[in-house]
Amino acid sequence: MNKRLPFGLAMIMLVAPCLLLVAFTHYPALRALLNSFWNNASSRRPSKFVGVENYQTLLEDDRLVQVMLNSTFYALGTIPLAIGLAIGMALLVNAKLPGTSLMRLSFFMPTMLPMIAVANIWLFFYAPGIGLASQILGLFGLPPINFLGSTETSLISMMFVAVWKEAGLFMIFYLAALQAVPENLKDAARLEGAGPVRIFFNIVLPLLRPTTIFVAVNALINAFRLVDHVIVMTRGGPNNSSALLLYYIYEVTFSQRDFAYGATLTVLMVCLLGVLAAVQYWVLNRKAHYQ
Amino acid sequence: MSVPGVSLEVRDLRKSWGATDVLKGVNFDIHSGGFLTLLGPSGCGKSTALRLISGLEPVTGGQILIGGADVTGKAAADRNLGMVFQNYALFPHMSVAENIIYGLKVRKVPQATQKNSLERVAELMALSPLLDRKPAQLSGGQQQRVALARVLVSDRPLVLMDEPLSNLDAKLRVEIRSEIRSLNKRLGITVVYVTHDQSEALSMSDTVVLMSDGQAAQIGTPQDLYDHPANTFAASFIGTPPMNLIAATDVVLPNWVAARVKTDHADLLVGVRPETMKLGDAGADFSAACRVFSVEYEGSVFLVHLIAASGARFIMAHHGADAPQAGEDITVCWDNSAAHLFSRTSGQRISSG
Repeated sequence: MNKRLPFGLAMIMLVAPCLLLVAFTHYPALRALLNSFWNNASSRRPSKFVGVENYQTLLEDDRLVQVMLNSTFYALGTIPLAIGLAIGMALLVNAKLPGTSLMRLSFFMPTMLPMIAVANIWLFFYAPGIGLASQILGLFGLPPINFLGSTETSLISMMFVAVWKEAGLFMIFYLAALQAVPENLKDAARLEGAGPVRIFFNIVLPLLRPTTIFVAVNALINAFRLVDHVIVMTRGGPNNSSALLLYYIYEVTFSQRDFAYGATLTVLMVCLLGVLAAVQYWVLNRKAHYQ
Repeated sequence: MSVPGVSLEVRDLRKSWGATDVLKGVNFDIHSGGFLTLLGPSGCGKSTALRLISGLEPVTGGQILIGGADVTGKAAADRNLGMVFQNYALFPHMSVAENIIYGLKVRKVPQATQKNSLERVAELMALSPLLDRKPAQLSGGQQQRVALARVLVSDRPLVLMDEPLSNLDAKLRVEIRSEIRSLNKRLGITVVYVTHDQSEALSMSDTVVLMSDGQAAQIGTPQDLYDHPANTFAASFIGTPPMNLIAATDVVLPNWVAARVKTDHADLLVGVRPETMKLGDAGADFSAACRVFSVEYEGSVFLVHLIAASGARFIMAHHGADAPQAGEDITVCWDNSAAHLFSRTSGQRISSG
C-alpha cells in the first residue's frame, strides 16, 4: 500500500480534476462576479467598468421584487409540503402492508422521470376543460379553471408539479432513516404507555432530524435550481406570476441578452443560496447528531 | 420507595412464527419479590418468552398471570411492568432526566411528582450529576444505570431484563450484577432476567429456568441445577467447564450401579464435575484410566484434558502444584456423591436410589 506514485503522474491526476473544477465551477462563478461590475459590450463600445451600477439597477427592479416574492412563496410552499408528503409516503411504505413494493415503485416513479417529461404530463393534467384536473372539478360540479393561464393559479400549479416530482426521492431517504430507527426504542415507549402517534412525534420524528436537514437543504437548492417545468409550461407567465429567480436570470441573460445584469442576478442568487444553506445547517445541526 | 412486588405465573406458554415453534409450552412461576432467570443458549426462546410476558408480542397459546390476574390479552402498557432492554433503548435525543421521566410524562403524572420521583431515582442510581447529559455522552455502565432508573422511576412491581449486562466489560458486569440483585432485594420488586451467561444466572437468581429448544430443560434453584442436573443438557450447560459425561464403558463402576441401575451399560453415561475428580484411585467409588492429553493453566486450577482408551475426552480440574504432565498415563477417581448417572438415549437423569 505504501507504493508511491511517480511525481509526474501524481501531478497529472491532481491537476486534471482540479482543472475541470476550475473550468466549470470556479472560473464561471468568479467571471460572473467580475461581469457584474462591468456593463455590456456593444459593437460600438467595449465593456467598461461601472462599479456597483448593476447592483443599483437590481435594487430598483420591480420585476425582480415580483420574482423574489414568487421564489420565496414557491420555496416556502414546496419544501414543507414535499417533506410532509415524503414522510407520509415513507411511513406508508414502511408499514408491513400488502403491495408495498408496488407502492414504493409508484411513489418513486416521478423522481425517475426527467423534469421536461413531468412538465408535459402535467400540461395535460392542467389543460382547461379536457385535462384531469378540470374533469375532477367537473365531477364536483365546479367550473373548469385555466390553471396555467391565470395569474392566481399559475405559481401554485408549478408548486404541485415540483412537489409531485420531488417527494418520491425524499421518501427514499426517509424510508432508509425509518428503517434505521431501532425497534427497541419504540418498544420502550410502548411499554411506558405511548400510542403510535405519540411514539412517532416523541421518538421517530426526532430521530429523522438529520434526514430532514439533508432533505430540506436539497429541496431548497432544487426550489431555486429546477425551473425546467416553468420554461416548458408557462414561460414565467402570465404577467410574471410564475417566474422564479433562475427563470428570470435565464430570460434576462439569454432572451434579452443582458449579460451584465444576468451576472449580477446570478451573484445575488449564489449569495442567497449560501446564506440559506448556512442558516439551515446552523439552526438544525445543533440537535441533529446523537451518536 | 419500597414497592411490593407481584407474583408471576406462566402456563403452557407457546409462540410460533409461521410453521416454526419457538416456544413449545413453557411453565414457570416466581413469588412476589423473587428473582427468576431464563437461561439458555441463543435461539432457545428465552428472549421470546420475555417479550410475551411484556406484552410486546402476542402469545400463540398459554396464559400469563401477573399477581394472580390473567394479563394474556392485555396491552404491554396495561401490565404494569418495566423492561430493561439489551442495548438499553435509551432515547438518544433526550437528556438523562427526560429519558427517566418519559413514562411519567406519557401517563400525565403531575409535574411535582415527576420531579420528586426523578430526584429519588437519580440519587438511588447515582445519576444526579449526569441528568443533563445525552445518552451518547455516558459510559456503558452509566447508560445501564439510566435504563434501570427509567424502570425504577415508575414503581413497577415487576421488572423484565433482557440480557442487560451483555454490552458491558467483565468488571462492570460483576458490579452491576450485584447492584441489580441488591435493588431486587431492597425494593422487593420481582425480576425476570434473561441471560445466556450461566454465572449471572447462578449468582443472582432465586429460580433458574434453563431453556433448550423452546422448552424448559430444568427449573430449580441455582444449587439444584448445579448439584442435580435433571438431564444431559443441564449437565453440559451449567458449570465452567461443564460436567463431564463419560460413557460407562470407560469407567470402573462400583458394584451398586449394576445392582440398582437397570439401564444397559452401553446406554449409561456417568456425569462428573471436573472439580470433584481426584488423581489416583485410592478408596474411591468411581475411577477411570486415561492419558493426559494437555494441561491448561487457569490461575487457581490446572485444567487437565484427559483422553480415555476409547478416545473419549474429558476434563479434570486439578488444584495444587503437582499437576500431571501431558502424555502421562494416570487414573482419576471420584466419590458416589459426585457421580451423576444419565441415560444416553433419553438424556434424562437416572435416579441412583
